[in-house]
This record gives sequence, C-alpha cells and structure tokens, in this order.
Amino acid sequence: MCCGTGCVSAGSEKILDSFKKKLSDSDFDVKPTGCHGYCQQGPLVVTEPDGVLYARAGEEDVQEIVNSHIENGKTVDRLLYKDPVTKDPIPRYSEIPFYKKQNRIILRNCGYINPEDISEYEKKGGYLAVRKVLEEMSPEEVIGSIKKSSLRGLGGAGFPTGLKWEFCYNAKSDQKFIICNGDEGDPGSFQDRSVLEGDPHSLLEGMMIGGISTGAVKGYIYVRAEYPLAVKRLNIAVKQAREKGYLGRNIFNSSRDFDIEVFLGAGAFVCGEETALIRSIEGQRGTPRHRPPYPAQSGLWGSPTLINNVKTYASVPNIINNGTEWFTRMGTEKSKGTAVFSLTGEVANCGLIEVPMGITLREIIFGIGGGTTDGSKFKAAQIGGPSGGCLPADMLDMPIDFDSLKDAGAMMGSGGLVVMNENTCMVDIARYFLEFTQKESCGDCSPCRLGTRQMLDILNDIVEGKAKPEDIELLSELADGVKSASLCGLGQTAPNPVLTTLRYFRNEYEEHINDKLCRARKCKALISYKINPEKCTGCRLCFKNCPENAIEGEAKKTHSIIQSKCTRCGICIEKCPPKISAVECYAGVE
Amino acid sequence: MQDLDNILSSFEGKSGELIPVLQKIQNELGYLSEEAMLRAAEFLNIPESKVFGVASFYSQFRFTPTGRNKITVCEGTACHVKGAKGIKEEISRIKGIEDGETSSCMEYTLEGVACIGCCALAPCITINDDVHGRLDKKKVSDILKEI
Repeated sequence: MCCGTGCVSAGSEKILDSFKKKLSDSDFDVKPTGCHGYCQQGPLVVTEPDGVLYARAGEEDVQEIVNSHIENGKTVDRLLYKDPVTKDPIPRYSEIPFYKKQNRIILRNCGYINPEDISEYEKKGGYLAVRKVLEEMSPEEVIGSIKKSSLRGLGGAGFPTGLKWEFCYNAKSDQKFIICNGDEGDPGSFQDRSVLEGDPHSLLEGMMIGGISTGAVKGYIYVRAEYPLAVKRLNIAVKQAREKGYLGRNIFNSSRDFDIEVFLGAGAFVCGEETALIRSIEGQRGTPRHRPPYPAQSGLWGSPTLINNVKTYASVPNIINNGTEWFTRMGTEKSKGTAVFSLTGEVANCGLIEVPMGITLREIIFGIGGGTTDGSKFKAAQIGGPSGGCLPADMLDMPIDFDSLKDAGAMMGSGGLVVMNENTCMVDIARYFLEFTQKESCGDCSPCRLGTRQMLDILNDIVEGKAKPEDIELLSELADGVKSASLCGLGQTAPNPVLTTLRYFRNEYEEHINDKLCRARKCKALISYKINPEKCTGCRLCFKNCPENAIEGEAKKTHSIIQSKCTRCGICIEKCPPKISAVECYAGVE
Repeated sequence: MQDLDNILSSFEGKSGELIPVLQKIQNELGYLSEEAMLRAAEFLNIPESKVFGVASFYSQFRFTPTGRNKITVCEGTACHVKGAKGIKEEISRIKGIEDGETSSCMEYTLEGVACIGCCALAPCITINDDVHGRLDKKKVSDILKEI
C-alpha cells in the first residue's frame, strides 16, 4: 500500500488498516511503502509477487480485492489502470507506460520496501556498500570511484560530486562535518521528499560513505519542517541504524565513529543555498555569504564540511555496489546517470519519474506523461522551478542534461517539471516565479533585494495593463543586472523565468502591453466577460450573484454586463448553468 | 512560565540550539510570544535582538496566536497553474479573512504556503493536518461548510 504524502492525503492509511484487519490470519504480508510516483492514480495498491497495480482504490474496494484477487486469484478489472486511449485495463505494474519508460535507480526501493523497517532495506542489498567501503576500500579509492563515475550534484547546479569530496578530504582539520541538503523549497517539486519518505536508509548509507571517506564523524540532515512524514521516517531510520550499530561509536564493529542528526528547517527558501543552510544550522539568520572559502574548506562552525543533495547521496551506494562503468553507461557525455523529475501541471500522468539523462522532453511529457490534460495544446514546460526557465514546443526534442538546459536558459534545478497548455499566460508565470523569489530574497545584497523588486513592479504593470512599450527593454536590462551581480544562487538565477519567457514568448509580452490582451485569459485587467444574447435565458442567476451589481436585465429577458462596473471576478461564468453557458470570456478589453 | 521551563529543559542551552528551541516553543504554545522569546534569549545566553532577528527571518515562526482551524492554501507552481488563486479568493470571501489573518472569533486562520508537495492533487489545501486535493470553488465551499 503506497503511503507517500500524495496517497496518504487521498486516504491510503485507512485502506492499509482495512487490509491489515482482513488479512491478519492469512499468509499475506500487508505493508506500507514509500511513494510509487504515480500520484495521479493514488491511492495505489500493489500485490506481489504478481505485480498487479490497483489505481484510485477506496476503502470500500478492499473486500472485493481480498475476495476476488487474493483468495481466488482473479484480478478486479474495475480497479486496474486503464490505457487512456484504448481503455483496456493493464494489470501489471511494469507494463503501464508511465513505469515502462522509466529507469528507476535512485528511486529503486521507493514503493517496494517498508521505509520504517531497516531489515527490508537490507534485504534489497542495503548497507553492503558501506561495509565494502569500510573493509576493502581506502578513502582515495572511494573518492576515485565517485570521480570516475562523473556523478554530478543532483541538487540542481551539477557540480562534480567527486571533486567536492576530494576538496573536503584534502582539507586539514581535526573536525569535519557532512550535511545533507534536504531543503527542497521549490514550489512544484517533491522528489527529495519522496526519497526521504520512501527510502531513507539509502540516504543514510550514502552519507556514511561520504563521512568515512572524507573523515567527517558527524552528519546533519537538513530537512523542511513542512515535510512531517519525511521527518518522522528519517528519525525512525536513524534510530534503527543506531540500534543496529550502524551509527554511533565503532560503526559496523570497525574503529570508526559516525552519527547523524536530523535538523528541521524553518521555512526559508534561501537556505537551500549551502552557506545559508550552514548558518541556519548554527542558529543564525539564513543569509548566504561570499564563496570562497567553500564549505569544503570552511563550513559548519568553521570546519571543512561536505554538503550534497539527498539524491546525490542516495546515488552513492549504487555506484559502489555496481561499479562506475555501470553508472556511466547511462546518460550523456557530460551528465551521467539519471535525473528525477516531479512531473506536474497540465499533464495526464502527474507523478515522480526517474529517467536517464539525455531523454527528450517529448519522451517525458508525451511518453511517460501521456500527453497534456484532455489533449489540450502544449505550450511550454517549466523546468527547475524559480531558478529555471520555460521552454517552448519547438524545444521538445532537445535532449535534457545539465548543460543543454543551461544553454537554453533554464537549469536542472530541483527537477520540478510543470507542463503548461494554452490556458497558461507566460507573463503571469514569470510574474508568479519572480513574486516568489522576491519574497524569499534574504535582502543581504542589493542587486537581488532591489532588482527583483523593480522587476516585479514592471511585471505587475504589464499584467495590469499599465506598462509602456519600453518597459520590456528595461525589464531585460534589470534581469541581466540581477543575474550577474547577485551574491548567491537565488539572485543569480531568479531572473531565469523572466529571461526565458522574454526569449521564447516575447509576443505575449508585446500583446499585453501594446494590444492590452491576454491570450490565455488569465490576467484580469486584460480580459472581458460578455453575455451571449442568443444563449441567455434570463434566469437571473448571474444577476443575483454578481458582487458588484454589474449585470443588468429583467427576468426571462437577455442580460448584459456593465463593463465599467465589472471586476472580472468570474462568478457569473461559474453560476451560469453549464447547459446554457451564456457567459463568455474574451481575451482583451474594449 | 512553568510551560516555558518545561519546554526549555530538554535543551542544553547552547546558542546553536536557537532554531530548535523556537520550533519547540511554537509547537507547544502555537506561536512565539514576547515573553517566550525573552526567556529563550536568557536561556541560550544570546541578545534578545538576535532571537527576534532569527525568528522574524524564517517564515515558519509567527508572533500572533492562530485560530483553532488552520487553513493553508498551496501556492506551488502546479497549484498556481490549476487555479490556486481563485481557491484562496473563495476562502477569503467565505470566511472574511485575508492571507495571514485570523478571524475575530479565533476560529480560522488562512495562510498561503509555497508548496506542500502534493502537486498531483493540485490545486490543494490543508485544513489542520488533512490534505484536500483536486479542488474547485464549489468543492472548497462544501469543505468549509463541514468545519
């Protein structure tokens, strides 16, 4: 039973309890697992060993699954995933297109094991890599393998992981620290959370290996307080690892000490920046500082500190177990391995996916994602959250890796991938992201503090229909300034959503300013509502519900909207009965 | 005061504990009162200005009590694209409170958050600890009637 946040909020815990009660006397083992990734179809129930997946199950379906499938071996076709085109049920997990085209390595255990039971991780080969490192490998050999694997930082920036480890190993100090950056604050991404919730031990093992090979004896996992389930499971994992002697003094009966503490973030996006995160653990305001010195030389409390993302650490045990050659077979020339994306927005199959680097957007959105919602026209894909950019339809066939995204003006970022259709206004999206980064700017350096504010003012003017044609140039000049002069990654990447929409969707900016028109019909100041006299029956529903008294007309006669009073709240269009649909929304104002 | 001493007793009093101390106080009391922050400064032996400086930096901390029911609207990208703004406006309209406000009867607090990570259920809100997803204005008003 999937018990990731998505399925839990859809009611999976009740279903789990019901299965447990009904199957308590049988040979079947009922267990909660981490996120399967296919949140769109949740709550998900999977039966093993036959690998059947039931989608959108409810508590009321439990009895039928038990009677039919478990007791008589007959699948409940009604609850199987259906092919969106042919409507044929697909019983096997592995044959569903959403899973078939993925390559799950970092997420290999998510959805298969009970994350609250260390022995299940061990049954899947867990904690073998750290034993190998302790017994057979020198720190130089471990760092050498990581370097050779070309693993790059999966937090988004793509810095070579092996190099980072080497810098920290070479730093001379009595005390070193290792930190896991789990401050996944980007709106629209949840892949770190899924690893933390679904396979916390793989992170612990990766951190142990990092600690042993760089000489750190104390580790911190910095995780968002907004992820209560992840925090709970991490604490359970750390406790179980301590009980087994995998954390604490003389780990795995060796002469090494290593322990991990879970630290809760307090809700500041900028703390995803490594120096800000370190200050936050020290109990200070989370403002970034100049680099160098890099944390690998001087980090937490002035000691050399190794800091990597959740997915980066979770990749390490795999590389040690399977070898660097296995890892480098996947991916592109400069970006090896896999990337994890949260696929959301106007796409048929939302969820968490893991794909080899170098896959195209088309394969992700139209292959795994099953195309856009209701077959609407694809407009753009936003990759990398507030630091990333919006890519248009003609870039669907570009292979995605760290470098190609950077060239396109976006970035891997945290791996959020939001699909947008014709109903999304690109100026509004740029404004949305900038509003977010502006709010989260820590205010320490002026290009970011003042520049993002000025940019936001211009964007607000544009969506409110108050901007002048020369504002586009000013906006792009400001964006370049903020990008090049800001102190940390937040400011340096904050203009990306604006710059990419200016680059690929400039016509929409021009339409907003010159024609006072929002083609996606999102920007309230640039749309108008009208009542179609041929359809209106004079039922007075809109008249009664309009908060501004902007509708006139008598009962049983055609109504009309007084444009000067209308605030475009849209209540009339919602209240108009669907079979009449007399209220229509137009792009542009008269 | 007794409560505060109980809360602080599980810490050692090192300045690095400031954020966990504030988190625990807020968990127990619901918000950070002036008295609580002064007491934390004394306990950790750091200036009061630093305690307030840190507390006001992080969005998790609040300085006023919350209502009995906390309504959180997700404003993540997926929810934004699917109409979170309209959902929030609808809640504001029904309950008569804006973002960050608590109703005068101390019954409801409305808050927008960056992302709760249930993007596949967009647009979604949480009421206390329960997530409600795939919403529209109609569903929201039905849900609000139940609390």
